[in-house]
Amino acid sequence: MTMIFGVPLMAFMGQLMLGLINGAFYALLSLGLAVIFGLLKIVNFAHGAQYMLGAFVALLGLEYLGINYWVALLVAPLVVGVLGVVIERLLLRRISDLDHLYGLLLTFGLALIFEGTLINLVGVSGSTYPITPALQGGTNLGFMYLPTYRAWVLVAALCVCFATWFIIERTRLGAYLRAGTENATLMKGFGVNVPLLITFTYGFGAALAAFAGVLAAPLYPVTPTMGANLLVVVFAVVVIGGMGSILGAIITGLLMGIIEGLTKIFYPEAANTIIFIVMAIVLMVRPAGLFGKEV
Amino acid sequence: MIRKNSKLVHGIALASLIAAGSAGAAISDEGVVIGYLDDMNGTYSDLAGPAGRVAIEMAIEDFGKTVKGKPVTLISADHRNDPATGSSIAREWLDQESVDLITGLNSSSVAISVTRLVREKNGFAIVTTAASDSITGEHCTPNHFHWVYDTFAVSDPAARAIVEQGGDTWFMLSADYAFGHSMEAAVEKAVSESGGTLAGKARHPFPSSDFSSYILQAQSSGAKVIGLASAGTDLVNAINTASQFGVVESGQSLASLMVFITDMKAIGLDKAKGTKFVTGWYWDMDEQSREWAKRFHDRVGRMPTMVQAGNYSAVTSYLKAVEATGSDDPKVIREYMMANPIDDFFSRNGRVREDGRMVHDMYLAEVKSPEESAGEWDLYKILATIPAEEAFRPLSASKCELVKN
Repeated sequence: MTMIFGVPLMAFMGQLMLGLINGAFYALLSLGLAVIFGLLKIVNFAHGAQYMLGAFVALLGLEYLGINYWVALLVAPLVVGVLGVVIERLLLRRISDLDHLYGLLLTFGLALIFEGTLINLVGVSGSTYPITPALQGGTNLGFMYLPTYRAWVLVAALCVCFATWFIIERTRLGAYLRAGTENATLMKGFGVNVPLLITFTYGFGAALAAFAGVLAAPLYPVTPTMGANLLVVVFAVVVIGGMGSILGAIITGLLMGIIEGLTKIFYPEAANTIIFIVMAIVLMVRPAGLFGKEV
Repeated sequence: MIRKNSKLVHGIALASLIAAGSAGAAISDEGVVIGYLDDMNGTYSDLAGPAGRVAIEMAIEDFGKTVKGKPVTLISADHRNDPATGSSIAREWLDQESVDLITGLNSSSVAISVTRLVREKNGFAIVTTAASDSITGEHCTPNHFHWVYDTFAVSDPAARAIVEQGGDTWFMLSADYAFGHSMEAAVEKAVSESGGTLAGKARHPFPSSDFSSYILQAQSSGAKVIGLASAGTDLVNAINTASQFGVVESGQSLASLMVFITDMKAIGLDKAKGTKFVTGWYWDMDEQSREWAKRFHDRVGRMPTMVQAGNYSAVTSYLKAVEATGSDDPKVIREYMMANPIDDFFSRNGRVREDGRMVHDMYLAEVKSPEESAGEWDLYKILATIPAEEAFRPLSASKCELVKN
């Protein structure tokens, strides 16, 4: 049996695969954050709660309305996206000229409200969301047994990431968005409705979070605190990638997933902290992040 | 994972937590104050938590709310599974709120930290929720008892029974803190003493959401049995992940060592069926238990775990001791409780040993399959009773300084 660093090759490749899947998941989550921060300069602490709400829409939708997984993939981002639009319109817009810290505090407060309400409603243990029949089971790849659902998460996450990147960097809509946040006055002068763009962007970021939530629902128990636990890690990923960079968020997410996966093989006790260690190193060496532009 | 957003926010949260803990407490040297310190919101809050507080309220009400003519008051707080938070709340309770009994103390690291403080201040505590057997081992004190179960009692008999049935190679997956380490050590010993071997082990951070990597390692090890020394949402996650990776289908079996009824309900009978484990109490085990459980269910909306039942038992026994001795001095209470058997709906053949361990009958149980289950909470069948004197770590093997060996 061939060994790599004392671990059998098969096991090693299996862990790499898992790391890649987790990484795609981190990439998807950090993308929403990067979009909102990069374009709107808002540190969206409600991102974890929006991810959790997406999962809950799927769960409660199944329980009470019979909405299946595939429909939930469309409905949950829509619902949470609309909620995001409402939040931006009613709350965030009022503090847009203030220091970024207020946006942070406001979204943090919102996250606590959403979580607290749900804890009151459903308790902390949460429930399991069943894997939809089409994606059950798995295939034996030789070096590991790969559940079909995890393969799907990898594919879906990467597709959505690519689509988002493409929209923002390669389409006219994306160009308006980027220009509007750099110089709103000038854009308005050209007749572009900048406030509408901003509202739409926040809603889109929230929708991305909710999409990730629905993808996560069959994997992890759907609990009110599922977002909080993940959010800190996602922030670290965004900081490492560079707060304004879309591509940076995607690539860093994948990279961090793989690094975390390797840590789990060799020193699992550090699995929760390795991303922060990397963040500390990156901040010391390249404060703008791996792909960020110097501000 | 604790959110480390900013020191300021953390500080404000801690301050308001402490303030909330003391709100409503009557400062009394003329009454009994019971403090319930537990995890109210996090990973372990369903197995004890706020519903555990209801169990204590029931105990106080059933006792008549007074002892020797003086009022019994209950205060509670959330320690968030953090020893520093737990200790600072306990310190305030003992210094300023004249708390006579601290109970609950979920999370072994918090229990160990707080009982150390209780000894320092000559207070009294009954640990009902935490698991580590070191609480009455190397961390024993004359100022606390351990009431419901411990890592030895749930893992040793279970591990031996499983090895005897053919599961002789194990992979241990444990939570990386006091509780997980205790259980890992107890299982390793039990497995090797009954002729089995450990094929590998991994420790996961507490809490963890993603178990895919560890399950993969367990599968690669080729062990016949994967032992899970995690609790609460961690256990639920691990079992769900194992089910996704087809662990049971490919021939390995899962030994869930630390099981509460809330976990089995969350996982569902379909995935959990056949799991064998040891429990300290089950709501449906006999008429007395059913009667109490129904009263609890009417108030809370779900069936009690062994810990919530244990809360009632511990507080009632404590109040009985205060009533009988007319004192709340820890030494006097300890002597009384050690001299009198604990026999209520929760504890059979129960007594408090010199190391502070309340030993009572434990039960080998198995999770029913969906076909065998007749109701929403009809989840276990009791296979055997493990007598009190055999279930817990014998005094001859104890590391407690109070035990004269």
